[in-house]
Parts: sequence; C-alpha cells; structure tokens
Amino acid sequence: MEMPKPSPQVLSRKSEIIARLSRVLHESAIIEDPVETRAYECDALTAYKCPPMLAVLPSNTKEVSDVLRICHEEGVPVVPRGAGTSLAGGALPTADCVILGVARMNEVLEVDYDNRFIKVQTGRTNLSVTGAVEEEDFFYAPDPSSQLACAIAGNIAMNSGGAHCLKYGVTTNNLLGVTMVMMDGSVVEIGGAHLDAPGLDLLGVICGSEGQLGVVTEATLRILRKPEGARPVLMGFDDNEVAGQCVSDIIKSGILPVAIEFMDTLCIKACENFAKAGYPDCHALLIVEVEGSEAEIDHQLSKIVEIAMRHNPVELRESQSAEESAKIWLGRKSAFGAMGQMNDYMCLDGTIPVSSLPEVLRRIGEMSEEFGLPVGNVFHAGDGNMHPLILFDANKPGDLEKCEAFGAEILKLCVDVGGCLTGEHGVGIEKRDLMSHQYAPADLEAQMAVKDVFDPQWLLNPAKVFPLDVSEARRIAAE
Amino acid sequence: MKQMRPETEAELAELVAGLKEPVRIAGGGTRGVTGPDTELNVSGLSGITLYEPGALTLVAKAGTPLAEIEAALDAEGQQLAFEPMDHRALLGTSGDPTIGGVVAANVSGPRRIQAGACRDFLLGVRFVDGRGQVVKNGGRVMKNVTGYDLVKLMAGSWGTLGVLTEVSLKVLPKPEAVATLVWEDRGWTATSKLFCDALCSPFEVNGAARLPECGGKPSRTVLRIEGFEQSVKYRVGKLLELFAEMKPDQVVTDPVENAGIWREVRDIEPFADKPGNVWKTSVKPTDMVRVASDNNPNRVVGWGGGLIWTLAPEGEDLRAALCDVQGHSTLVRAAPEEMQTLGRFQPENAALLALTQGIRARFDPRSVFNPGLMG
Repeated sequence: MEMPKPSPQVLSRKSEIIARLSRVLHESAIIEDPVETRAYECDALTAYKCPPMLAVLPSNTKEVSDVLRICHEEGVPVVPRGAGTSLAGGALPTADCVILGVARMNEVLEVDYDNRFIKVQTGRTNLSVTGAVEEEDFFYAPDPSSQLACAIAGNIAMNSGGAHCLKYGVTTNNLLGVTMVMMDGSVVEIGGAHLDAPGLDLLGVICGSEGQLGVVTEATLRILRKPEGARPVLMGFDDNEVAGQCVSDIIKSGILPVAIEFMDTLCIKACENFAKAGYPDCHALLIVEVEGSEAEIDHQLSKIVEIAMRHNPVELRESQSAEESAKIWLGRKSAFGAMGQMNDYMCLDGTIPVSSLPEVLRRIGEMSEEFGLPVGNVFHAGDGNMHPLILFDANKPGDLEKCEAFGAEILKLCVDVGGCLTGEHGVGIEKRDLMSHQYAPADLEAQMAVKDVFDPQWLLNPAKVFPLDVSEARRIAAE
Repeated sequence: MKQMRPETEAELAELVAGLKEPVRIAGGGTRGVTGPDTELNVSGLSGITLYEPGALTLVAKAGTPLAEIEAALDAEGQQLAFEPMDHRALLGTSGDPTIGGVVAANVSGPRRIQAGACRDFLLGVRFVDGRGQVVKNGGRVMKNVTGYDLVKLMAGSWGTLGVLTEVSLKVLPKPEAVATLVWEDRGWTATSKLFCDALCSPFEVNGAARLPECGGKPSRTVLRIEGFEQSVKYRVGKLLELFAEMKPDQVVTDPVENAGIWREVRDIEPFADKPGNVWKTSVKPTDMVRVASDNNPNRVVGWGGGLIWTLAPEGEDLRAALCDVQGHSTLVRAAPEEMQTLGRFQPENAALLALTQGIRARFDPRSVFNPGLMG
C-alpha cells in the first residue's frame, strides 16, 4: 500500500513541535518514545503499519483546538483516531504525522430523556453510550460488531452501521449535532437537540468524512426507548438463491424485521465449531429478528415462517427462550473471530442490491477457485451489505497480495452490479485506490472540493479516501 | 418570463455550461421558490428508472411527478415513509410536485420523528453542477459509506449547489392499520407531557402533533400508531393504560378519517386560507412550551413539539422573538418584500456561513443557481 513520503521539514522540527505541544498538553498526553508510538502504528487493518512521529491524547475540546492550531501552523499532518478499530486503515499513520487520539475524552455531558438525546465526548465507546441510558430502558441504535471497543468519534468518521440498521438506520440517521474542531483550531457547533439544518446539511457531510474535515469532540446522539422484546428465527436453506428469494419475499410482505443476517456454508461451519450455536449443516443460513411485545413477535414470526415454508427450508427454528436467542446471535456475532481461528482473513464490506445476491455469491465462488483462496460470506441481507471474509496465510509469501487482488475483484463486482465498495467500514486506505472504479473524476472532484473548504492545506488524514494520484496536486500545492 | 426545459441530463448539462445569466430552478413550481425571471424547468426529466419492491429501492428522474411515484409504490403496498408535505394549499401554488423538488427542499412530514426525514431516505443523487458537469454520489443501495456523503448535502440545498437530475430513495411497506388518539382543548404544558410520555414509550408512536382550533373544531392534540392491525390494537390499549389519568377524548381507527387528520397536520391546512406570514420553527421538543408562551393560538405543531408552524401577523419578526431559544426558523410564506427583509432562512453564524459559502462557491462558482435563495 503506497503512502506519501514523510516530509523532511516536519521530521526535522520534531523537537520544536513537541516543545510547543507540551505548553498546551499535560506531559502524559504526549507520546514520543518510539516504543510507545508503536501502539499507534496501525488500527484493526493490521496488514499495514507505520509508527507516527507523535501521538497526543487531549482531554477536551480546548486541548484538541490547541493541538490542531499548532499542527496547522507547523504544517504537520494529523491523523485522528477513535479506538483504532477501523477495518479500513482509517487511522493508519504516516511517519511524519501526529496521531490525535480521543480516548481520554469519554464523559457523558448531558442526558435528556424527554427530548430523547444524549450528549457525549466522542472518545466514549459505542456500547457505553447505551450503558449510560440503559437504566431508563433507552438505547443508542447503531450497533457495529466492534461496539464494545469502538469510539463514537470513529463511528461518526466512518458513518458506522450494524446489524440492526435495517430498522434504525446508521450513524448519520442518529446523529443530531456535533462540536467539531477545524484544522486551524477554530471550533464550530453544528446541529443540536433540534432536527434539520437551517442551511446546508453540513452535519450530513461531516458524518462519514473519515476524519478529513475536522475532529469531532462532542456529539449529540438520538436515543430510543427499548422495544418490549425481540426474538430471532433461524432458517436454513440448501441453496443461496432460494435464501435470497426468501429475504426479498419477507421484505415485500410488509414486515420490517430489525435484522436479517445471512451466512454461507463456510461461515456456518466455522461459527458452529466456535460457538456451538446449534446451526444446521446447510448452504445458507438466515437469522431474522423482529421486535415488539410477545404477541406482536408471535404474529410477525408466524408470517415470516409462513413465507419461509414456501421455500422449503431444511431447518426452521423459532427461538423459545432468551438463552436460545442469545445462542443464535452468539454464532453470528462471533463469525469474524471464528474465521480468524481458521486462518488470517481479510474482511470486505461491499454492498449490493439485494436482487443481485445469488449472482454475486456465484461469482465469488468462481473467483475463489481461480485465486485458490477460500471465502466465507456473512452479511446483512436486508440491506445488501456483504462481508466476504477471504482466508489467507500471512506467513506465506505472496498470499497477502493474492488476497488483496481477490478482494479488489470482489469489490469491483459489487460496484458493477449496482452496489458500492463499502457499506459501513469506510474507504480508508483499503478501498482508496478502487474509488476510481466507482466514481468518475468529476464525482471525486466534487468530494475533494468539500475537503478544500474545511481543510485547505490538506493536513487532516490526507492520504486516505482519494487515490493518491487523484489527490496529489492538492496535497503538493498545500505543502 | 423565459423558460428552459431540457429533456435529458446531457441537454441540461450543456445548457448549464452555456448559461449567461442566473436561473430559478423549478420542478412543479409548488414550493414557493422565488428568484431570477429565467426558469430552468426540470419537469422534462421524468420517469421511474428502477423500482425493486423486494429491495425497498426506487430510482427516478428528478422531474418525475410525486403522484406518479406514489401510485407506483401504492401498487406494491409501499410508500415514501417520510411523508412529504404538499405545499400547494398553504402557498396557493398549482402544478405537480416533483420528486426532485421534494429532495431539493428536504420536505418531510409528521413521521419524521420516528422514520426520519427525506434526507434519511435518500440513497443517491445525480446532479449537474454550476459548471455544467454531471456529478453522481451515493447509489441505490441502503448502506453506502464510499466517499463523502454529498447526498445529504444535496438534500435541502434548494438547488443552490446543483440541479438534481436523478434521485434514488429507500421506500418502506405501507402499514396495514392506523389509529389516532385525540385529546381536545389541551394546553401547551399538557400537550408537551403527552408528547414526552408517548415518545418515551416503547409503542412506536410515529406522529405527535397539535392542531389549533379551526373550522368549528376545538384544538386537538393527536398521537398516531401504525402497523399490523393486531399490533395497532395492542399498542393503542397500552397507550390508554399509560394515559389512564389523562384519557383521550377519542380514538380514531377509520382509515379515511385518519388520513384526513394527518393531512391537516402534514400540509398545515389550518393556515391555508388565512392571511398572514407562515413560519416553520425547529426546536428541542420541550421548548415548544416556551415558543408557544406568546399566546398566539395559530400554531400547528408536529414532531412531538420539535416543529412549530406559526401563523403570524405581517411585519412580525418571529425569529427575533425566539432569539434565546436554540433552533431555527424558516419563513415559509410571506409577501415578496417581507421575504426579502426578514429573510427566508435563519442566518447562520460566521463560521458556518464561511463553510456554506465556500461549498457553494465551488459547486456553483458563477452563482447561477437560485442566487440569493439561501442567503
């Protein structure tokens, strides 16, 4: 993976930069020891590593503002970092950058049940946002699989989704307002407890901008009252196409499940070995979950079962208890871990129109043969967000490269059938060089024009999202 | 008035590239957009290009009449869940609302509190920027974080960043049944309490509104439940338990009567034939009580208190009166001179204005699209 060459000017001023930062930050908030900066050399995309020049851990908006102002004056690139769980390399450093970690900013600032929002510092983890409102039976809806560890800052940067977004939407649909520090250190407030923007929807474009427009330090998030209950049904089919048709029929019937998850043979087996969830031995497994009172759940599940029966399932099991529900979900939620036990893997995130599912699965199977690497498929079927997991051996020379090439072909296929490169993980560096496959030059130009406005010097996370040759002129002009 | 009416995206792009003067962008012309005499009319770009009920997605050219889209969805038992308002009665306009107009103005109705706004259902856009270049962003899949989300930026930009040529939308199933709980003659504090209690319950209330006294009817505070018949019955029962101390005066289950109530709310029908300026104010829901404390009875409230429509005397600056309430007010209906002096949109602070102007200068460098409309 190509990254821009570090700037010798920046590196030569390292000690002056540290001196300036230590006037605005506590000593413990500046990490310069090469042994310690290695903790920041990568995120969850561990295939690419590079220790930063420095890492800083500010405690509040004022400190973030001071750090950015100094970096702006010094011309230092800044890579913002939430909890470092990005699967796309969104927080991958360059050797001349300052990593700005928000981990120390994890306070709850305000909870307002009557108006159904919570205001938090963005270093707070996703799950602990729900944790802060759970005693009143409220929750924060977006639920990425990494929710125990991932930070709201990263959720906003990547517009994270989760298994339940078919009903509740992704981060952007649950974000009401932000406090954001611009690269020059100025602080802007956008949105709040009210809905919709008076002018352009800046909040909408900030969410998902991968830390390239500003550093969001505080966020106002929509919270919802928990449903009375939820229950999954598990169904197995002997054919991917039939399972796909079943998903489509459920959606067309007027039921809106909160989640429809799909797993193929390899994943089913891996998860079963790992979690002992009692998954059947079949080609395609669906987990469909609905919410409501007991009676409402019964009613919806009976409709779903009726539809499923028309497709001759090999297995059909309604959860009978909370334990059984947990077990059904445990299998799915441990899919990545289970696959990781088998081998190294690369997790993709392309999204396709639901109707293209059988075709795409068939093509992936064929490509798997061609590349000689196995693939497991697990994904959010209701919204077409696929997560093909390509297994490879990192210690075997050439395997990673082969895996990357295979991954790129899968993502191009997603685009070609009318989908996109990434549904919820973000572009980062992982999909950066494929952007030109999805977008024409004018499309990328329009996106980069937005960055020009927010960060004219291109100092914030500059080597991500846009192919390096496409952004080169801007990055050089800014130097 | 001069009118340009391209029939294809390519024709539109060529036209824009050659523009010598600013234009006013129009679809059906129903949303009260004012501006240059020369109209760039998009209604020639019309037709549904793709509709997959099983994938909950619809793609249509921007000039497609909303009625055509709603009819196609209806045939499959689906709908635009954000319930776009029809501005015609309120503004005294005529013509056929288009989907491009709905998106450009981010028009959302009562269901916005639960289902989301138009921008939340917008999956992708194609537009022509101020240089005449065709730009696409997003796509037709429900989850997409590939690059910046210009889709949101285009929703509610009122044509000032580009002329929409095609939009893709997420659609949802139409509910099987509906019921509305009605309370008559309740004050603002009681109404606010009803809203909070209902929206903090797990029963998925998706409409929470208040209509003023109008046409011989008393003021009404209304809560809506939608879903499967059995579910609606159950949830209404639970709400009646919840409000045992403050029983509703009526529970409306007739679909036609329900449609009537929520059309009144959605289209602000009580102000349709009354003189005066119409303001739309977005606030933190419980701030409704403060906003309403000026004793103006002419208010239609939606979004559980978060959206307040006010019929105010001409000359009155509601925005100034609400300067200490967080939120913003849009002047939706006023005579042209007042629209000019009071301003349609709430002015932004200097920092946000700089960002907004910077974006606009890059998307429409010659200021040819609806100049002055958004400030």
